[in-house]
Amino acid sequence: MPYPASVPGDVTTTGGFLLVLSVVIPVAGVLLAFVLGGRQAERVVLATMPLGLVIALAILVTLRQAGAPLIYLLGGWAPPLGVALRADGLSAVMMAITAVVIGAVGVFARVDFRTPRGSIEARAPFAFWILLLAIWGALNMVFLGGDLFTLYVALELLTFSAVPLVCLDGRAETLQAALRYLLFALLGAVLYLVGTALLYGSYGTLDIVLLSRRVHAEPATVVAAALMTAGLLAKTALFPLHLWLPPAHAGAPAAASAVLSGLVVKGSFFIVIRLWFDVFADLPSFVLAQLLAALGAAAILFGSVVALRQERLKLLVAYSTLAQIGYLFLMFPLAFDAGSTRLASGGALAGGLLQAISHAAAKAAMFMSAGLIYAALGHDRIVGLGGVGRALPVSVFAFALGGVALVGVPPSGAYLAKELLLQAASATEQWWWAVVIQAGGIFTSSYVLLVLAHALAPADASITLRAPVGRIQEASAAALALCSLLLGLAPWQAYLPAPDGIAPSTPALEALSASLWPLLGGAAVAILLGRKGDRLPRIPLGQVVAATVGPARRAALALSRPIERIDNMLRQWPAAGLSLLALAVLLGAALLAASR
Amino acid sequence: MTVASALEMALAAVVLGVATWTIAARETFAAVVGFVTYGLLLALIWVRLDAVDVALVEAAIGGGLGGVLLLGAAARLRVTETPTATERPSATVRVGAALLSAAVAAALATGVILLPDPAPTLAPAAAANATATGLGNPVTNVLMAFRAMDTMLEKVVLLLALVGVWSLAPDRLWGGHPGPRHRADPLGTLAFLARLLPPVGIVVGIYVFWTGKDHPGGAFQGGTILAAMWLLVMMAGIADAPQVSSRRLRIVLIAGPGIFLAVGLAGFAIGSAFLAYPVAYAKPLILGIEVAMTLTIAATLGLLLAGAPERSAGQ
Amino acid sequence: MSAAIVFGLCGAAVAGLGLYGLIADPRPLRKIVAFNLLGSGVFMVFGVVARRGAASGFGGDPVPQALVITGVVVAFSATALAVALLLRLFQVTGSATLNTEAPAGTGTDPADA
Repeated sequence: MPYPASVPGDVTTTGGFLLVLSVVIPVAGVLLAFVLGGRQAERVVLATMPLGLVIALAILVTLRQAGAPLIYLLGGWAPPLGVALRADGLSAVMMAITAVVIGAVGVFARVDFRTPRGSIEARAPFAFWILLLAIWGALNMVFLGGDLFTLYVALELLTFSAVPLVCLDGRAETLQAALRYLLFALLGAVLYLVGTALLYGSYGTLDIVLLSRRVHAEPATVVAAALMTAGLLAKTALFPLHLWLPPAHAGAPAAASAVLSGLVVKGSFFIVIRLWFDVFADLPSFVLAQLLAALGAAAILFGSVVALRQERLKLLVAYSTLAQIGYLFLMFPLAFDAGSTRLASGGALAGGLLQAISHAAAKAAMFMSAGLIYAALGHDRIVGLGGVGRALPVSVFAFALGGVALVGVPPSGAYLAKELLLQAASATEQWWWAVVIQAGGIFTSSYVLLVLAHALAPADASITLRAPVGRIQEASAAALALCSLLLGLAPWQAYLPAPDGIAPSTPALEALSASLWPLLGGAAVAILLGRKGDRLPRIPLGQVVAATVGPARRAALALSRPIERIDNMLRQWPAAGLSLLALAVLLGAALLAASR
Repeated sequence: MTVASALEMALAAVVLGVATWTIAARETFAAVVGFVTYGLLLALIWVRLDAVDVALVEAAIGGGLGGVLLLGAAARLRVTETPTATERPSATVRVGAALLSAAVAAALATGVILLPDPAPTLAPAAAANATATGLGNPVTNVLMAFRAMDTMLEKVVLLLALVGVWSLAPDRLWGGHPGPRHRADPLGTLAFLARLLPPVGIVVGIYVFWTGKDHPGGAFQGGTILAAMWLLVMMAGIADAPQVSSRRLRIVLIAGPGIFLAVGLAGFAIGSAFLAYPVAYAKPLILGIEVAMTLTIAATLGLLLAGAPERSAGQ
Repeated sequence: MSAAIVFGLCGAAVAGLGLYGLIADPRPLRKIVAFNLLGSGVFMVFGVVARRGAASGFGGDPVPQALVITGVVVAFSATALAVALLLRLFQVTGSATLNTEAPAGTGTDPADA
């Protein structure tokens, strides 16, 4: 067979060098910070941040002007022999939000990861700054990489930078969490890798664009698709493959949690999108899409219920991430176009990606404020949060803003995402996913309200703060939350695919009142399932409500207990491993059955 | 059946047998010994697959450094064997795991058997473009030119793994020496080997690196041999592992990716693109990068094996 | 049967063994060894793909061969990081388990510890 020709017209475009810079600058920063060490490392990283942000913005602008993806052929070699970097609208917006979140985390972390006076270099700051920058470089590579093997290397780079962040404080539980994370992520990565071997053996290239034109439903391709998808889901911690996420994200230092929960899980998620909207677009995807969204729905249920039952704030936020990851997968069946029997890049994809972006900013803000509360109180027991609203108003405000943004109150990005997903659900007549989307919103508001009810309640005794809270830290958390809340106003139509443009269909006031329903529903769920202290949080008419909801709460708790038990079981290593393989087999069987 | 295919089947059967032993062995130490044997046998498979470059890597890593790493860990963790082994999952789980693993393996095997014939290949493309670098080893061409980005990022992966390992040190020992201080009997076998082998090993390592431009070998293979020699010297107590705070050490550790990156960026100015080499200088530039990478690989691999800092300076 | 098929089957079987060990053996070090077996099985599949692509006087397609070399380096880095984490866990807790029910790993609140 003659060697495959390259993509016609696949040449470096104007502004393509920006793509190179967005990877090379963080990488060069890592090398420089490593050599200089100490305070210089921090300075190098902080200096890189505005530079990276400018490049991300430049890519946004260039992309809009060009109206077509930016391409850079590395070394001048065109695929399939060479490797291309490509930036489309999806990559560009993901890179922009990454730059914003990393920047905010960098400002936030200056207090916690300062090299102590009197020492030339300290362990935790040295590792933190280098790893933070490495995560950034790896994510940019994930968003730009045009080759499935290059993406593998980028994913591993991401994992190796993320894992040590989990156990920076060296406690036994975090070491164990980090090891579980690493081993499960490695298992996922190998499954992805073997898929690339089969694809190369079938089509002689790993370039995404070339593959998308060549792939058809052959046995080797189906096996590759199933294994790669399962592997990436393990890295994304989609239910039931989430064993590693709660302890890792809850145990890490706040600045690290913000990056891990907000950004790192989005790396493998993004590759799932690339696989199913590009590489495997011609494989039969109906059952697969329904299956992915079913797992997403289960993630919403389990993540939310278990979040409500947590005693500790950071674990609640970590379980909320689990639920929100589920939310991201609801877009797959909504993007399925029955006519062409493939996933169409349209409003549903735009909605899913927008949700990922909004969650990145909101969740980072929530972890940062949770970390501030923890540091100030010396604990983060939810029932012991009384009085925090008065003592740390800005931190609690940032948490609330982030939460409200996540619930989807206009004009937040999550609101727009929900609108797009609901539109897609009604256009494709899949009412059941609309129900799940609404239920997800109610659950989200339930755990946010639960935390706020405790935090805004008066203190039992006057609380003494262990440590003063940094103003700049509070400000960076609040700024990120605000960013998530205003994301709906950004000019998305230039970057995200949506047939009818991306604009809310309902007038603002009506939308605002419509968004009250999830909040009310959430309040009800929080009352039924939330953890309570010795006494009820002072909700209006608390005692009266308590008398009437008593039996309902007992029933709800009885329902929640099996969910907690199943979650506990699934988080055991053998169960998670079996789930992973079973899921791979299931995906393969579904694809095979459909391709006949 | 030809003699060759009988040989291949026998080799595959032995490799599979050793792999099964590695999983089934009761004691971890025995399993790791099995794994080392497996790694060396695997190198033979790679030779049979006409991939001598990979065979060298597999022997150096699978049978060599990886083996040393795992054997050391097995020795240190011996006391945890019995308590942890009691957490063995139930028979149902094990049967389920066996069935599902077998199903995945069967699907993989089916996929491999049903790969299209004739196979798609980039070998002609690699051959046609070999003149761009002037190197005779096609694998080196792929690693250093066509897919140079992967290779550069892979060196960053190594560095980050090292940062991760170092980050596990206790705070007070930061900046100190990695691993325990080895003291071997100065007249013992280890010390004898540590004086005898390195001069030979260094020559072999440099040769393997140098020959890699045209023949099987290269920076990674050569670097691994150098790392092994360094480890031998450290384990024999002849030289101590350097302090992690050493600026000189850190420069060596980033030299490979650093020079790679610098040459890549120079490609913007003097070449046609990032990571493009001007044809006239391609060979010396690539060799220059490879010299730096060999040193960096040797240092990084050695330190990855030495572990996190365990002693403060001078201890 | 060609060499490619024999070694392809061998690679798939080794990968299966690695998967089993990774899931069923409770000892983390054994999981790490199993991960290495799994990885080498996957690399063998790459090797078979390379061998099948022999052309232009090359005994195999150099691209997948190069991918294996990069993959081996990444897998080795992963092994080194995992072993270091495990040894540190052992140093701190005196045990080496991933089981969260075990005494070493309950709770994640340093205030409790």
